[in-house]
Amino acid sequence: MPANGAPTKITQGSQTKGGIGESTLRPDGTLKVTGEFAYSSDMWHEDMLWGQILRSTVAHAEIVSIDTSEALATAGVYAVLTYDDLPTEVKNYGLEIQDTPVLAHGKVRHHGEPVALVAADHPETARRAAAKIKVEYRELPVVTDEKSALAPDAVLVHENRDDHHCGHVPHPNIVHRQPIIRGDVEEARRRADVIVEGEYTFGMQDQAFLGPESGLAVPEEDGGVHLYVATQWLHSDLRQIAPVLGLPEEKVRMTLAGVGGAFGGREDLSMQIHACLLALRTGKPVKIVYNRFESFFGHVHRHPAKLYYEHGATKDGKLTHLKCRIVLDGGAYASASPAVVGNASSLSVGPYMVDDVDIEAIALYTNNPPCGAMRGFGAVQACFAYEAQMDKLAKKLGMDPVEFRQLNAMEQGTVMPTGQPVDSPAPVAELLRRVKAMPLPPERQWESSEGADVRQLPGGLSNTTHGEGVVRGVGYAVGIKNVGFSEGFDDYSTAKVRMEVVGGEPVATVHTAMAEVGQGGVTVHAQIARTELGVTQVTIHPADTQVGSAGSTSASRQTYVTGGAVKNACELVREKVLEIGRRKFGTYHPAWATAELLLEGGKVVTDAGEVLGDLVDVLEDEVVEVEEEWRHRPTEAFDLRTGQGNGHVQYSFATHRAVVEVDTELGLVKVIELACAQDVGKALNPLSVIGQIQGGTTQGLGVAVMEEIIVDPKTAKVRNPSFTDYLIPTILDTPTIPVDVLELADEHAPYGLRGIGEAPTLSSTPAVLAAIRNATGLELNRTPVRPEHLTGTA
Amino acid sequence: MRVNFTVNGRPQEADDVWEGESLLYVLRERLGLPGSKNACEQGECGSCTVRLDGVPVCSCLVAAGQVEGRDVVTVEGLAEYAKQRAEGGCASGACGTTLQDAQLGVPPGEAWGRQAKGTDSQTGEGGELSTVQQAFIDAGAVQCGFCTPGLLVASDELLERNPNPSDADIREALSGNLCRCTGYEKIMDAVRLAAARQSEEV
Repeated sequence: MPANGAPTKITQGSQTKGGIGESTLRPDGTLKVTGEFAYSSDMWHEDMLWGQILRSTVAHAEIVSIDTSEALATAGVYAVLTYDDLPTEVKNYGLEIQDTPVLAHGKVRHHGEPVALVAADHPETARRAAAKIKVEYRELPVVTDEKSALAPDAVLVHENRDDHHCGHVPHPNIVHRQPIIRGDVEEARRRADVIVEGEYTFGMQDQAFLGPESGLAVPEEDGGVHLYVATQWLHSDLRQIAPVLGLPEEKVRMTLAGVGGAFGGREDLSMQIHACLLALRTGKPVKIVYNRFESFFGHVHRHPAKLYYEHGATKDGKLTHLKCRIVLDGGAYASASPAVVGNASSLSVGPYMVDDVDIEAIALYTNNPPCGAMRGFGAVQACFAYEAQMDKLAKKLGMDPVEFRQLNAMEQGTVMPTGQPVDSPAPVAELLRRVKAMPLPPERQWESSEGADVRQLPGGLSNTTHGEGVVRGVGYAVGIKNVGFSEGFDDYSTAKVRMEVVGGEPVATVHTAMAEVGQGGVTVHAQIARTELGVTQVTIHPADTQVGSAGSTSASRQTYVTGGAVKNACELVREKVLEIGRRKFGTYHPAWATAELLLEGGKVVTDAGEVLGDLVDVLEDEVVEVEEEWRHRPTEAFDLRTGQGNGHVQYSFATHRAVVEVDTELGLVKVIELACAQDVGKALNPLSVIGQIQGGTTQGLGVAVMEEIIVDPKTAKVRNPSFTDYLIPTILDTPTIPVDVLELADEHAPYGLRGIGEAPTLSSTPAVLAAIRNATGLELNRTPVRPEHLTGTA
Repeated sequence: MRVNFTVNGRPQEADDVWEGESLLYVLRERLGLPGSKNACEQGECGSCTVRLDGVPVCSCLVAAGQVEGRDVVTVEGLAEYAKQRAEGGCASGACGTTLQDAQLGVPPGEAWGRQAKGTDSQTGEGGELSTVQQAFIDAGAVQCGFCTPGLLVASDELLERNPNPSDADIREALSGNLCRCTGYEKIMDAVRLAAARQSEEV
């Protein structure tokens, strides 16, 4: 085994029940099973109005005119707003580049772009009034792919760019470009005994969180507004909302409403500004809830990608070099595209040792739907390509695909193509060994004495086969994902922790702005507080902007960063509590001054286990409260020419083995099992860890065999914006997912933990593809795989 | 129009209902029962599943007028419904069930006040839950929870007619309910757990 588990730095060896490492249950579980948990779409207010957005019906056009008169004259309508009604000079927003209009100004750049807003007393009235707004478009040619984007006479999606990337990109339709050059590829190429090339296509995936974009904006007496909304990062929203409303940030109060999943799709704004504008205009609370159709237009998607790869290897199976070019379609607005480019390029090599690389990743501006954050972004697309390459190389060399990967697997100390050494455990070979060692599911499980159980066969209850033409395949994949915000971003979180005696018992209150989107951060925060403060009772304060920023619930970072902030604030609170104890009791017992003191089970104890006193007696009526920011170690930007730089905080690794059965006659795939082995550093809550791994695995399965937003290449219009036409895995499509969790501590991280949410989404997809290739012998260079790709009728 | 029907054992009267309104809309926006969820509003996701005269349906696909005089059980009434069934009472929930007053509207402050409280509990907040509700909590089958109400209603109905389902039976029964967070494994665990606990109770 290449890596040793370093001791975790648990400053507080607490044995308090419900602390870290236990599978404590969700604090919001009861409310969620009784239907009482208030999601953003459940918000309600006396006299509230319903907001509706009118969206463009074409992808790229000049707006010749907008006539709102008929909509305004509709009974029950309180307001109709267009670009001309925006209250300040700030009319755009964006995560990194402020290129997204709040409402279209003279031009629309993608299908479904917001053009006008309506507020009415019934949602149907609002919808019908919006339909009465007359918009005249003069259509423009559409930019839909690299060829049309980079042609010498290409239509520019954004004229007059002045963002901080425009100076270094070779074409104005390129959002950002990141090359990585290291070693000497041409020299290394000459050492290669085999060379494998591939051109891969990754389809556009949707986050498809179930809780639609929604929220309630309530105007306040001071001229401000209070927004209850489902988001991934309250303070990032606030920073983008307030300037457009012309309000100081203090007058825009935000409270996190219940979030029905996110997966990156709530990192950008959706209805936030629109609801606030309508509320401020009408003086009434305004609720906006997208339906599923609108949701497909209302958030960014995963970047579809073209990936061009060339690898070489020696006869004995050592990789010589990598040349690759990754072209990501960012769609009409930048969103998270620059960061996606950074990930795609810096992780394009995968978890392998390759010294000589020539890498380039770009994101395009096109008139396709805007793309941005989705679980594993950038790394997901690359993993699909490099894992296909690994299988091709192994095959060409006559080697076992797992052994070939193990031979080239990175380990602690490996230097990334960016020049950054991997300075914590990187158990890639060990994870492959573990996933391969898991027992394979039995063959032909669908057979029984009463004949085939069609529910377990490809095609299922469609009753398309009873086993005829069904072949099995097995495939492996492994991936690497960065954890946390990279490339020099000031990635911090804030926690406010209070300790006091309530009802004769010491109670801790944890207040952060962390967006709980389902991942279980609230569960973990309470566990950390118990471990660090030795209390049983912990109250999690609702997330809002009355406390400092927690950063985004994305990039697998919240348990690391906000967990780290909670741990840090608890340590500061503990120190203050011990100060009080020393002040009150220090003269009675020398151990207060001399021993290392812990808080355990509601008591102050020495590290030798001697009880010095009850927390209740130490605190009495005193309240100890600390609010403090916490940062992980800093990162650096990647050099724009060479890609060199210590850009990442931490890496996360997962491996999958997929077992599939394919009906080769009809091209139907049934995934039988998706086994996963993942290193999590330290499982703060094992039940939640497994849940994250299984959920991430299933999203990877979805994009392997069914999930794709289809955009018409001629019109750039979305063709399948519904759950009828955009399919996500059901319980019948999803196999058993056995998980083997490895815990090798990263000594740089709180408790040694590793961010885990995204890595399983990477390797799941290529493992399924590898299994289908293994079953069918087909090359399959695109995902998702559809029946026509398997039957030769595409 | 006015619609009269029974929800979780209580007679309800909804006024000013538009012809196009769904049962889901009337439950959520007119009766203050937002537990049934609005994930797709086109019958694909199952988040809005309720029992209509005992039969699980997507309430988004039922026109409000269709429920006139009929009997609806939502996730809010599931615990009481299961309790009545266990006691051998009227399983439809229509036989004089006493439930708490339906919560009329969810003012955000109040909702969040409630959510803020008692978040410490390691086992859920107490209160009486049905076997299947408790099993979902215990098995880790709840993440974002948006699919949970529909899955609970569907799972409870499965266990009512098939107390000892095979894995294939569970998958078939829940195939109309999408979940995006869990990968379904913990949901399988939860239904198996609920079945085991129910058989112990009998």
